[in-house]
Amino acid sequence: MLVSELKPFEEILGYLDGENKVFIVGCKGCAEVCQTGGEAQVLEMKQKLEGKGKAVTGYTVVDFLCDRALVKLRLKAREADVAAADSLLVMTCGVGVQATAAVVDKITHPACNTMNLGGVRGEWRGSERCRECGDCLLDVTGGICPLTACSKFLINGPCGGAKSGKCEVEPDVRDCGWHLIYQRLKKLNRLDKMTEIVPPKAFSKMEPPKHLRSTIMWALEQREKEVAAR
Amino acid sequence: MSLKEKIASSRFVITAEVGPPKGVDIEEMKKNTEVLKGRVDAVNLTDQQSSVMRLGSLAGCHLLRQWGVEPVLQVTCRDRNRLALQSDLLSAYVMGVENVLCLTGDHVSLGDHPDAKPVFDLDSVSLLQAVKGLEQGRDLGGKELKGSPRFFVGATVAPGADPLEPQILKMEKKVKAGAQFFQTQAMYEPKQFEEFMKSVKHLNAAVLVGIVVLRSAAMARFMNKNVAGIHVPDNLIEEMDKAEKKAAKGIEIAARLIREMRDMCQGVHIMAIGMEDRVPAILDAAGM
Repeated sequence: MLVSELKPFEEILGYLDGENKVFIVGCKGCAEVCQTGGEAQVLEMKQKLEGKGKAVTGYTVVDFLCDRALVKLRLKAREADVAAADSLLVMTCGVGVQATAAVVDKITHPACNTMNLGGVRGEWRGSERCRECGDCLLDVTGGICPLTACSKFLINGPCGGAKSGKCEVEPDVRDCGWHLIYQRLKKLNRLDKMTEIVPPKAFSKMEPPKHLRSTIMWALEQREKEVAAR
Repeated sequence: MSLKEKIASSRFVITAEVGPPKGVDIEEMKKNTEVLKGRVDAVNLTDQQSSVMRLGSLAGCHLLRQWGVEPVLQVTCRDRNRLALQSDLLSAYVMGVENVLCLTGDHVSLGDHPDAKPVFDLDSVSLLQAVKGLEQGRDLGGKELKGSPRFFVGATVAPGADPLEPQILKMEKKVKAGAQFFQTQAMYEPKQFEEFMKSVKHLNAAVLVGIVVLRSAAMARFMNKNVAGIHVPDNLIEEMDKAEKKAAKGIEIAARLIREMRDMCQGVHIMAIGMEDRVPAILDAAGM
């Protein structure tokens, strides 16, 4: 799940400086769960913008804003309202903003900041648990990811900065990831895993391999471009 | 005799640290170095301590050598990726810097540029491995070097950490990765330090016990609350509180701690944090 949070209203207003008419796009997917782009938040945004003298030409809430074809279809149905607007305000993650921009020839303003992929491809919501590094270390860390649990992404044990099991960064809310890893490995009687030196990470693996990009969808898009160019 | 030779000869060694200025006025740094000259065996140059942007440790070490003091280059993983770290190590070597202390570094969010991108491409263990690799003529990319450096390599440990076990496990890794000496986080409890030294007896590395000079009871309380791995016991805080002359008391306590712990380890590392002028008095009082 893509976790997003609303940008400060002042920042959004700043985007609309010099524009009077806006069309709002919301999302019933992750954004609705995060309460950043569901129907309720879209209506609230509409009211707030109107309160600041902006005209909202219309709004729509798409099931999944990351589904480009669906976004195109929904916006097509609202063609006149979209055409009447100076710009679109998109209340969802960065993928949704880009999907909207891909199908409308208008400025698309993001209303949210995308924070992380908390429980992505699953329903375990909450903290960020995977950084998609392409070189999983969960075996040596007792099933707790040091890249997301440790603020310094350390892979060979704790730094000296933790105090009472809390991280030096935001100690009031953040546990020391390596304290959690240590406690778990100790409980499992596998502290030997903390004695193995883990070599420096190959950050090149964080870049998705080419074959993953060359999906059927990608191939179709290429074909579409070729046809259009003729 | 170099720091490495002194430690090898089983002499009790003394190191201290100096912080470079935030700016280019090096007068105070020079003054602090002059105070330590002849009284300590080597001086650590901190690497943007507490994530506060300052004059670099490499340039600082170069100055220390010019002023006739043996430097220890502190290198943290916070600000540089593996290319820059290895490059700085090569640069240090050609500038005559032999001692290197490998550290993780505080997080940028604690310093004066909290919006900076924290690097941590390597950690302290892999930084030690990188040093070893350079010494063996290869970089982390596996490429051969044209001439390889030789360093005396150190690392840090917090004997007062709770729990202590993960710190010791990491210390073992650091020794395996090439650490030859350790400078510890500040210690105020000789009993606790003795226990720590017993538990790391199997590691073949010299340990220099860390001393942070107390300025006041408030400073001690602040460290207890905010600094990881440091615990100033109540009786010392009380002693500071009651003392009329705080500076003299801080000197007395530091000297007493050194006397009590000197037979347990191979040396002492004094972190005076702006009170370098008190270091000679501490050493006098400790009988060194």
